[in-house]
Amino acid sequence: MGFWDRFLKIDRRWIFLVVWIAVVIPLIKPLGLPTHITPPVQKLYDFIDDLQGEEKAVLLSFDFDPSTMPELLPMGVAIIRHCFAKKIPIIVYGGLYPQGVGMAKMAIDMAKTDFPDIVYGRDYVFLGYVPGVSLVILSIGESIQGTFGNDYFGNRLDTLPLTMSVDNYEKIGIVVDLSGSSIPAAWINYAYQRYGCRIGCGTTAVSAAQYYPYLQTGQFVGMLGGLKGAAEYEELLERNGIPTGRREATIGMDAQSVVHLLIILLIILGNIGFFYVRRRERRV
Amino acid sequence: MRRTFPLVIAFIMGFVMMIQYFIPHPISQKFYKIMVQQWLIIISIFFYVFAWRSFGLYHINKIKRRKEGWWASVVAFVGVFFMLLAGFGDRIPGFGNFIVKYFNFDDLYNYMFAPLQATMFSLLAFFIASAAFRAFKARTLEATLLLVTATIVMLGRVPLGASLWKGLPEVVEWILMYPNMAAQRGIMIGVGLGMIATSLKIILGIERSYLGGD
Repeated sequence: MGFWDRFLKIDRRWIFLVVWIAVVIPLIKPLGLPTHITPPVQKLYDFIDDLQGEEKAVLLSFDFDPSTMPELLPMGVAIIRHCFAKKIPIIVYGGLYPQGVGMAKMAIDMAKTDFPDIVYGRDYVFLGYVPGVSLVILSIGESIQGTFGNDYFGNRLDTLPLTMSVDNYEKIGIVVDLSGSSIPAAWINYAYQRYGCRIGCGTTAVSAAQYYPYLQTGQFVGMLGGLKGAAEYEELLERNGIPTGRREATIGMDAQSVVHLLIILLIILGNIGFFYVRRRERRV
Repeated sequence: MRRTFPLVIAFIMGFVMMIQYFIPHPISQKFYKIMVQQWLIIISIFFYVFAWRSFGLYHINKIKRRKEGWWASVVAFVGVFFMLLAGFGDRIPGFGNFIVKYFNFDDLYNYMFAPLQATMFSLLAFFIASAAFRAFKARTLEATLLLVTATIVMLGRVPLGASLWKGLPEVVEWILMYPNMAAQRGIMIGVGLGMIATSLKIILGIERSYLGGD
């Protein structure tokens, strides 16, 4: 058995070990690779930025659970930081799935540390879970108070200044949906098509490709695709002098760069081995 | 009667909701508001009743018959019990402080549930690397095209790609914005037409599998 035969039958645990090393080393010693800003991220950032002084709120929906947390949570933190820094009112919604509430709470706790002057109820409100998925999207269009009644902490929404003035999509400048599933399309179907509310999306890298038709038609204002999208948003915050805290996504991108390179290398080597063995077998 | 009654409800409500969309009369609007904000959300709460029933039946059956991995069903019940205790426990008179201190819901979520679920998903990176090495071969022209495109996108979607060649992110953006989008749109139109056809079949009572039985 030659080198390539043995190489093609390598125990997969060796590959796991190499992947592990490729992830861990850049996390311990970041490479500091520059972040290139793509148009979908720039458009979303600019749209949110332009809401400053408009008296319209951002509704940020956390429609994901911890399985996609490494990609989507940094997006949530970055958008909350953006709104806090520019004093854009933000309604943080725990999302259409029950597991998203914990993610939203985590994002608020991470973002608010650098903004001591932010006041709950005036600058932001945290909404919990209500069952119904797409029905909740429709119901928000009629009344936020009527849909939720209370916020996450049990305060009545008709007593909080922000939700007293913002009760449906008319006063919401944009809904940004963070999800790794098909939920962003539901926000387009119900919030955008029926109520005309603008929608932005943050999604996992694997799901991003399916949302490009919505970007092209303008149904999505912009999109953050995967960890790279989050890293780009962090970069835009930094360029505009907004405190970013620990740039989780940017640090993660170094590890992702090395792992992508490793996978490409494995594919190339796998193909060299495949063609070498096939040619030899044909000769025989 | 057991089959006819739900079919009649589906027929009436399906058509009423469809017609309502095109008639912005106050009565129509009020109907819509009551329907969406009250009825449908109340009905959707019952999903949880069914979810609990099937969860309970599945795991009890597994434990009773000592099926392979039955102990995992015991762990599932223990997990559910403690999460429920942590979620509602602070409302139990006399035990509220104890439960908040030792079975804090946020702590269970942040330090157990979140890392466990994130770990499960992150294992994919290892399997993808191994699978790419073994299965991603340029056997045919189509496979070669897929392989080359995937390699370009993989490299262009990370900062390393832009460091190697400045124009690579633009190339990737073009691939996603044009060839990818055209294919996605075709799929979406097909799915959309299929959804309309299936919805009409349900409303008209032609498709009845949602009622269960034969």
